[in-house]
Formats: sequence, C-alpha cells, structure tokens
Amino acid sequence: MTLNPITASAAEIAGAVRAGSITASQVTEAVLAAIRTRGQTLNAFTAVTEERARAKAAALDARRAQGGALGPLAGVPFAVKNLFDVAGLPTLAGSKINREHAPATRDAALIERLEAAGAILVGALNMGEYAYDFTGENVHDGPSRNPHDTLRMTGGSSGGSGSAVAGRLVPLALGSDTNGSIRVPASLCGIFGLKPTYGRLSRARTFPFVTSLDHVGPFARTVADLALAYDAMQGHDPDDPVCAQRPAAPTLPRIDDGIDGLKIAVAGGYFRKGAAPEALTALQRVAAALAATREIEIPEAARARAAAYVITATEGAALHLDRLRTRAHDFDPAVRDRLIAGAMVPATLVNKAQKFRRWYRARMLELFTDVDVILAPATPCTAPLIGQQTFVLDGVELPVRANLGIYTQPISFIGLPVVAVPVPLKPLPIGVQIIAAPWREDAALKVARALERAGVAIAPTPEI
Amino acid sequence: MTTKPDALDGLIEAAAQALDLPLEPAWQPAIKANLAVTLRQAALVTDFPLPDDTEPAPVFQA
Repeated sequence: MTLNPITASAAEIAGAVRAGSITASQVTEAVLAAIRTRGQTLNAFTAVTEERARAKAAALDARRAQGGALGPLAGVPFAVKNLFDVAGLPTLAGSKINREHAPATRDAALIERLEAAGAILVGALNMGEYAYDFTGENVHDGPSRNPHDTLRMTGGSSGGSGSAVAGRLVPLALGSDTNGSIRVPASLCGIFGLKPTYGRLSRARTFPFVTSLDHVGPFARTVADLALAYDAMQGHDPDDPVCAQRPAAPTLPRIDDGIDGLKIAVAGGYFRKGAAPEALTALQRVAAALAATREIEIPEAARARAAAYVITATEGAALHLDRLRTRAHDFDPAVRDRLIAGAMVPATLVNKAQKFRRWYRARMLELFTDVDVILAPATPCTAPLIGQQTFVLDGVELPVRANLGIYTQPISFIGLPVVAVPVPLKPLPIGVQIIAAPWREDAALKVARALERAGVAIAPTPEI
Repeated sequence: MTTKPDALDGLIEAAAQALDLPLEPAWQPAIKANLAVTLRQAALVTDFPLPDDTEPAPVFQA
C-alpha cells in the first residue's frame, strides 16, 4: 500500500479503495489508530464508533470483492460534530444535560447521505456547549486543541471538526454554522470549510440552536474534497422544513473551470475595522492572487451583525427555556448566563431584527447584481490561547467568545454561501471568506480552487 | 434607544420571576452584562428606520 491514509485526501482514498490498492478496512484501522494516539492530544473526539466503522469497511471491501459498484466517497473516514444524531449514541450537542438523552435511533440525514456514497463514520466530535460558542472550549469535555499549537483555541463551535481535519485524524468532517461555527474553526485551524446557502443541506436529525440561522456543512483539507462531500449531501429533504426544494447542483465536475468572467470584489469598511495585521495580510494575498482590486461596502454590516446577535440570543433562550428552569446548574456557566439574558429580551426587538433582515437581504441581492464573489476576513486574528477571555479589536478590549465571529455573522445572517479558505501564514494560519450570492456555492468553490492551485490557499501541515 | 444600566437589575429580577427562571445572586452580574450587550445591539437595529410595511424575514405559507 503506497497511499498514506492519514495524509491522503478523501478523493485519493476513494480512488485507491476503488482501484483496490488499499482496502477500506486498512484505511479505517489507520485512522482509528491515529485517533487513539494523536487524538488524545487534540481532544477532538467525544466518541469513536470503532465497531460500526469496522463493520462498514468490511462490508464495503466485500462489495468490491464481489464486483459491486462503489460510491464517490468509497472508504473515506469522516466524523461529525456531536450535535448530529448518530444511531446508538445520545446527541450531546456539547452539553452535560443531553448525556441523559436516549441514544439516537437513526443517523442524521447528512450521515446517511455520506455513507450512501461510501464514506465511513468513525466518531463524534467535541464542540462548544449547545453551539453558543466561537472558541471550541467545552467545560464538560475539555477544549478541543488547535493542531498548529495545542495551547491555542480551535475556534468554535465546531472545534473538534476543525481539530480532527487539520490534525490529520480524518480527511472530512461535518459541522454546523449559525453565526460562524464552521468558518471560525476553519480559519483558526487552517483548513477549508463550506457553509452552504441557508436551506441547501438538510439539518434533519441534528440538535438545533437558532433555527432561523442554523446551517450545516463540511470541512476538508482540499477544495475538491469539500466539493466531493458537498455534492454527495445535496438534495431536498422533507425531514427539514427549511431545506429548499431545489435539485442538486453538482460542483465538482466544473471546479477547475477557472474564474474567468467572475467579478470579484473585496469588502471594505466594517470588514477591515478591528482586523489584526495578519487578517489583512491574508486578505491582501487572496485579493492579489485573484486580481481583485475593487472594494465594495456591504451596507449596514454592523447592524446585520447586531440583528443576528439579537435573534441568536432570543431563539437560543427559547430553545433552552425549560432546561434553564430545571437544570441551570448543569450548563456551562458562560452559556447559561447568556441564555438567561436572552430570555429577558423583549419580543419587539426580535421582530425588528427579523424585519431588518429582510431589508438587508434585499440590499445584498442588489450588490450581487454587480459582483459575483466578495472577499472578507474570516476571523479578526489567528488562534487565541485556550482560556483567553478578551482580545483588543480596533483599540477596544472585547470578550473573545462573542467576538471571534464579527466578520462571519453579517454573512450567515442572510444565509449566503461561503467557502473559508486557509492562508498558511507563519506561525499560525488564518482564513478568508469567499462569499457568493445565494445558491452560488459553485462560484465560491471555483474561486477557492483557483486560490489552492495558485498556492495561496493551502491547508498547512501541523507538526503534531 | 438607551437603557439605563440600573434599570436592568429591576428587569432581570422581574423577568426571572415572571418567566420562572432561577436567578442566583452570583449569576446576576454576568446576566446583566450579557443583557446590556444584547440591548445595545438591539438598539443598533431599532435605530434604523424601516417602512411600516416591511415584512419580517421568515414568511409563513399555509
């Protein structure tokens, strides 16, 4: 076996498994061994589904031996943020309280779709409690750790997803993104992350946070892997009322078509204010590689972020109201205090925020009549230290937990598709958002792929 | 819109009672700080004039 399943991409693994140069069982064993060893340091996993993975791999190898067709993700190991239902496990959503829930009886829709394409689930991943988090820290399970410096945050709330993919434990992971929870850990861990259009991918059988804003999507170390996984997961699902009635729009076949004809601009104003020099350096490198010289102003981005903040606080509080009444001591105190405060916000303000959302969406759609892709920083800085409470943005000391997502929130607020691409700065990577119009994931992925080919956006290999 | 910080203590205590939410004295400063931030954010939204006929983003279809 010449392929190293630990460093290989998902596409390489699937190709080798289909060709018979490695078996799915060999890939699975290599990954399980990595999770047992390096996985301990990274604290990315909260459950490893060894038995299930071995059985799936053996079945796939048997199918190949009998000449059966194998899917596009044949033998590719993947793991999911622990808010995805995994049959046989309670769905933790990063909490202590949910540990008492009955085990899920059926997998989340996206797990079913990835496995139908041949992928093999190897476990569930650490996350910030109930996804109300940008750090990747968790008081119950300990922090997920950044593979580029294990004393630093992964970012969150999909912290385990960022850590597991960047740390070469799996080539593919799923996460969720309400305000930035895919794009923030992708940025701090130096990998690619796709937050699709709101309603594009099914959230069925995932534990919610803010249903008005919740998205799910993949993490990977290459753009092709991101597209491969995304294509396998597309399609309407009646089990998620938000999931759009749109046919699948495969992106992988045209990912290398190039970016000729795409109008690309850089977001100015709000999206430069508060950015650390490394965030601006990364943005400048990406813009230069794409010859994107035009700067545009996203209208009222600060208010968009504010409205997302209000909707999040209040919908999150509504979701957890009963648990706050009866189990307040079992929450992470930082999450509890935010949720209790959210329960006390008058409904008039939430309604105003939802009205503003419509206004802002209309302005953004106008902007997209004149531009195809917008570039913006993904995070204001590289990974802070684990435990760091505050940082200084634009001369103001602010809490890390609520402010790592200042550049992601105004974008997910109206559900725009984004690929977060890693710029391999030293000593730590940082991400840039490639933002497209609704339902134009293909444009964001093409731009990400062009940056990858140019060597500007690369998932750097950590020393761990 | 501005909210006097001292008004928040009264709001927090009354809302906790009305909503049957637990409220321990040690939690109150953090709850107050979080509520103050959220109301400041909300003020940014409410200060922005919108036409009366603006529909909220979620539209229910029967």
